Parts: sequence; structure tokens; C-alpha cells
Amino acid sequence: MNANRYIARAANVAARMIGGEMMIMSGADSSLYSLNETASILWQAADGVTPLAQIVEQHICAEYAVDPATALRDAAELSEELARQGILLLSEVPLPDPGTRPKAAP
Amino acid sequence: MSGLMHEMGAKALKLGIPLSVQLDLTYRCNERCVHCYLDHDDHGEMTTAEIRDLLDQLAAAGVFFLILSGGEIFLRKDLFDIVEYARKLMFSVKLKTNAVMIRKARAKRIAALGVESVQISLYSHRAEVHDAITKLPGSFRRTIEGARLLRSHGVRVSFANVLMKHNVDDYPEVQALAAELGVEYNVDATITPMMDGDRSILGLNIASAELEQIFHNSTLVGNAEEFCAPPSGPLAQADALDSLPCSAGHTACYVSPYGDVFPCVQFPLPSGNVRKTRFLDIWRHSPQLQEVRAITLADLQGCSSCAHGGSCSRCPGLAYMEGDMRGPSTQDCEKSFARTGVPSANLLRKQSEKTRPEPDAAAASPQPLPGNRPVVWMAVQS
Repeated sequence: MNANRYIARAANVAARMIGGEMMIMSGADSSLYSLNETASILWQAADGVTPLAQIVEQHICAEYAVDPATALRDAAELSEELARQGILLLSEVPLPDPGTRPKAAP
Repeated sequence: MSGLMHEMGAKALKLGIPLSVQLDLTYRCNERCVHCYLDHDDHGEMTTAEIRDLLDQLAAAGVFFLILSGGEIFLRKDLFDIVEYARKLMFSVKLKTNAVMIRKARAKRIAALGVESVQISLYSHRAEVHDAITKLPGSFRRTIEGARLLRSHGVRVSFANVLMKHNVDDYPEVQALAAELGVEYNVDATITPMMDGDRSILGLNIASAELEQIFHNSTLVGNAEEFCAPPSGPLAQADALDSLPCSAGHTACYVSPYGDVFPCVQFPLPSGNVRKTRFLDIWRHSPQLQEVRAITLADLQGCSSCAHGGSCSRCPGLAYMEGDMRGPSTQDCEKSFARTGVPSANLLRKQSEKTRPEPDAAAASPQPLPGNRPVVWMAVQS
């Protein structure tokens, strides 16, 4: 696993925090997803330029009593799953915002 | 509706979140459809900056589905600025348009912005019929071209086929045209009064026999047998108290080009203006919206004991335009009748008033009417 992996919100999704639960609709097929708390944190922090390891350290390890290596492994698996659903982009290099990327959802 | 979608709606209802908002960007239009409920003058539309501010407020309020409609939205020169801003705020954006002004570059941009879908008004497969309804020569050709361009760029498109006397026989061919273009098809058999209350355009509504035929067509309504099944009778009192008429004002609302907030585009009860009051304050504290939310099926005069209680598609906005938001909507009573053959309590009462000097007990115990139903109910409609 590459610790310098980068994640970015996909451009063609809709998303909103509804009652503390992040709801995301895929632009590809209008499938609706509900993210759990950890997945929501990753989604909100997925700016394309902050390494996944740093996101995990700042947003997950700081919030939860969890072993950093385990948290990073779990976050990487979760990111891959979200990427398979087409709602997150994964890259080995930074993904600067081309100007079309959505903001973090309120 | 998926289970998760249902859960999201239920959560929004419980928490008082406006999940869906229709924002009309303009009432101006390049068509002059014979059945349109709007006037087409500009009485002071919100500016780009006002709309951006409103979109910020809507996102903060929890709005997920944003429908941008009009008028014809492409008459706003800032349309793409608005759509781009809305998408950055992560709304699921649906556009309603006649597609006359959509060319290759615009279709490409709509696709690039991740618009969820585009709903296009189409009235017939025959250019002369469509153009006679829109009163815009050449509109059929341009609308179809717009739909083709959107599809070629991978945009999800649906046709909204409003039926009226002019085009009631054309829907099978419009349906076939939609299939050929890879476009979803939705039929709408309701002509609504104008927003100023003028009911003269209701004369364009199709006859009951035609409505009945449509409701029994499985390609239009899904399982026709289930859709047209006899009503199960009035809801129990406890269920009626919990039953909500529809999402208008509960998880959905409408904002006009001038910033006026209403429970729904078909429910012109003025509830505030976002130029004077923050959207969330209107949504939470408007006396009008609170009144709408307070209504349950048990409160509806003439409906709480109706046989259609559990399956009625009553539109509170149409009831409001008929004179009482706590009363029945005769147009929906007619639909329920065309669907099931069982008259509503309201229709029975109206018939009773027409034929007898005093109301009789039949109004309280609806029974199927014998005889010539279309004649009876078209008389009610007028």
C-alpha cells in the first residue's frame, strides 16, 4: 500500500449531510449511498492534495483511539471501495482541483 | 424508490429538512404554450448574486435535490454560472427546459457539469401538433435535436408529455419516440389552473374516458391492475392522524424567480420571500408552512371518510386553488374515479347537490355509480 496515496471527491456526484449521515448519489447511475462516520470523514477531507496518510492522522487518529497503521489500512480499503462505486478518485500523485470539483458538502 | 431513498425522505421529514426545492429562474419563455399556468413577464428576477446566496442557504438547510425550472431557463444568460455553482455545492441538479436552445456546446457543458437529468416538454410526435401547442414554429424540430444532443453526450433525459385535448391521441407515438431516442417517458394528464387562480385553461383537460384509458395502460402506470384496484376504504382514525397529504411544505418547497417561497409550484400559498427573510427562517417559522404541516388526512373536510382515503393522490395545492387547502381536490377525485371506477365522497356530494335539493346520506358511504360516468364527471369538472 502506498502511504502517499491521494483521494479526491468525484466531480459528478451529489452529496449532503442529512441528519449526521452523509448521503451521496452517483452521477453514473443515480445510485444512492450512505457513508458511515469514518467514510464521511474521508469524503469531506478528500481534497486531492492532502495525502491519505495525513488525512488519517489528522482526522481519524486524532478523533478515535485507533492504531495509526490499522487506521491507514482500513482507510485505504475504504477508499478503494468508494472508488469502485465511482464516488471517490484515487491517485498515486496529487489531484489538483481543475475547477469543477465539488466543495465539501455542508 | 430505493430503500435508502425512502429512508432519506423519512429522516428529512422527521428532522424538518427541505430535501427537494424547485427554483424557477425565470418566467420568461420563448414558447407560449396554450396550457401554461405562468405569465411570461419579468417582474424583477433575482440576480446571479442573489441566486448564489440562496443556493448557499439551501445547501446549508440540507437541500439535496435542486430542480431548476422556468419559464425557459436558457433565457437566463447566467444559467451555466448558476448550474456550475449549484454543482459545486453538490446538489443533485435536474433541469426542466423545452430544449429549443440546446445546441452541441450547451449539451456538452450540461454533461460536464454532472447534471442529474434534463426533463424536456414534448407534446406530440407530430411537428404541427407540438408547434401548435407551443405556438413556436419549428419548436418540435429544435426540441428533438436538443434531446438527441443531450443523449449523445450521455445526459439522462426524460420527456414530460402533458396531455390535453389537442394531443391526447398522440402519446403512444411520443412514447415510441422516447424509446427510440433512449429517453425516459412520463405522461402528465393534469392541466392546472394558472398561478393567479385563473381556471379557464382547465377546459383543455382531457375527457374522463380518455383519462380512464390512460390509467389502465400498463406501459404508462406500471401494474395497471394494482394501480386501478378498488380503494380499500377510509383510513383508520389513528392512521389518518399520522397520514400526510404530500411532501409539499414538509420536505419540499418552491421558490419563484422573485424569491417568493411556496409549499410547491402547484401550491401558490405565499409563505415568505428570501429577499426579505433568510430561507431557513421561512422554512422553519413561516405561519403558512406551519399551517400546511399541521394538516393531516383526518383534518380534510370531505376526505377523511372517503373510500379513497388510503390511496388518494389528492394534491393540496389543487385543493387550495379550488378554494380550501383542507378540502378535496376535485381534479384528483376525478382521477381516482377514472382509475378505480369508485367515486369519491366529494364527487358523490357534488352529484347529490346537482340532483337533489338537500344532501343525502349517500355522501357518507360511497358506492360505485352506474351509468354514463364520463358525462357525470365532466359536468363536475366545469
